[in-house]
Amino acid sequence: MRPVAVVGIGKTPFGAFPGRDLRSLAVAAGEKCLENGHTAPSQVDAFFLGNFAGPSFEGQNHLAPYISTALGIQGVPSTRVEAACASSGSAFFHAYTGVASGVYDSVLVVGVEKMTSQPTPRVTEILAGAGDCSGEIRAGSTFASLFAMIARRHMYQFGTTREHLAAVAVKNHANGALNPDAQMRKAITMEQAMAGKPIADPLNLYDCSLISDGAAAVLLVPAERAGEFTDKPVRVLGISQASDFVALDQKPDITTFPAVRRAAGKAYQMAGVGPADIQLAELHDCFTIAEIIAIEDLGFAGRGEGGPFTLEGHTARTGDKPINTSGGLKSKGHPVGATGAAQICDLVLQMRCEAGERQVPRHSLGLAQNLGGSGATCVVTILGIV
Amino acid sequence: MTDATGTIYTETVIYSATEAFAAEVPYQTAIVTLDSGGRVTARVLGERVRIDDRVARVEFRDGVPFFRKVT
Repeated sequence: MRPVAVVGIGKTPFGAFPGRDLRSLAVAAGEKCLENGHTAPSQVDAFFLGNFAGPSFEGQNHLAPYISTALGIQGVPSTRVEAACASSGSAFFHAYTGVASGVYDSVLVVGVEKMTSQPTPRVTEILAGAGDCSGEIRAGSTFASLFAMIARRHMYQFGTTREHLAAVAVKNHANGALNPDAQMRKAITMEQAMAGKPIADPLNLYDCSLISDGAAAVLLVPAERAGEFTDKPVRVLGISQASDFVALDQKPDITTFPAVRRAAGKAYQMAGVGPADIQLAELHDCFTIAEIIAIEDLGFAGRGEGGPFTLEGHTARTGDKPINTSGGLKSKGHPVGATGAAQICDLVLQMRCEAGERQVPRHSLGLAQNLGGSGATCVVTILGIV
Repeated sequence: MTDATGTIYTETVIYSATEAFAAEVPYQTAIVTLDSGGRVTARVLGERVRIDDRVARVEFRDGVPFFRKVT
C-alpha cells in the first residue's frame, strides 16, 4: 500500500435550491474540485459517487456515469456507493483503497443529495429506508424516533440531560453562523434549543439535522505525486469502514456504536495516533445525541461523559477539542449522500488554514466520522499535514 | 417464558411521522426486551410507558406487535 493525499476539494453551498437538480449540484462540486486540484477530467481514472436515495428523490438511477460523463470524465470505472448517510464517506474509503493499492492514480469522489423537492413526510419516509423496513420502520419508526430511543436509553444509563443535548445544537449553530456555505447561518440560545417543537420525545426540532440539497467532492492521488497538483496536500493517515446490524433492536447496547469503535480503532492504529492527539474533528451529528455518543466512541471522553464534555465547552471552536467547526449536519446542513465528502472538505479547509472566521489554531491532525443509519455503517478518516 | 410479555428497554413518542403514519401522531413506539429473550420494536397502546415498565402484547396488526402496560 502506498500513501495517499487529498489534493482537491469542492463544495456547493448547502440549502434548499428549488431550481437545481441532483446532477447540476454534483457537477458544480466536481468541477470546483478538479479546478482546485489542477486536474483535467481526462486525467481522472476512476469516479466514485456517494448518493443515498437519488432514485427515490428524483426517479433517476444509474447515477455514477450520469454524473461523471456530465463532468467530462469518459470511459473510466464510474461507481455509485450507497451506505445511507455514510454513502460518500464509504465512496471516499473505496477511492482511497483504489489509490493506495496502485490500481488508480487519480480518483474523484463526489457526494450528492437533492432532498427538498419532496414534502417532509415523504422525505421522512425515504430516509426511513435506511432502517429495517421489515421491523422497526413497519412499526412506525422514523430516524428521529430511533435516535430518540437511543437518547432516552443514554439518559437512563448515564444521566445525560436535555441540557446536554441542547448544548450540542447551540455549539454547532454558533459555528455554522460563521460558515458562508452553511444552510442555517443562525446562532441559537440554550432556551431556544430546549424549547423546540417536539419531533420524537426527548428530541425536538433543534436536535435534528436539516433537510438539504448539496454536493461535495474530493480528489485523491498518490502522496508522492501530490506536489504536482497542490501546494497544500493533506495526507490520509488512517481510514477504516466498519458495519453492524441495521435494526436498532438487534443491538445488545444502543448507547454505543460498535461500528464507530471498530472503525476508529483501526484508523487510529493505521495513523499511529490516539484520541488525545486529534486536534479537530467533524462528527456525524445527524441528531444531537449522535455527536455525544461519537465523542465517547472515538475516545475523546469516557462512556456517558459526552454530554458534560460538551456542556463544559471542550468541543467549542475555542475549546481544546473543537468539533464540527463547519456547523455540523445540524447547521451546515445534511444532504445525506454529500455529508461524508463534505466532512473531508471541511477538515481540509481547516488544515490548509482556509477556514476564515472559524479557523482554529491547531489544525495539523483532524478526524472525520461519518455514520450510516442508526450505526450500521461507519467510516472514520484521520487526515494530517506531513 | 413467553414472547407475549416483556420489559421496556427504551421508548419514544413520535410527533412527526412518515407519510404512512402521519394521521396517527402522536403515538408511542418502544423496544421491548421479551421474557423469552431477544428484543422487538413495538407500538404501545394506552398509558404511556417508561423504561423498565412491564408490558404485555395485546395484538398483532400487519405483523407489528402492539403492547400495553401491565399494572
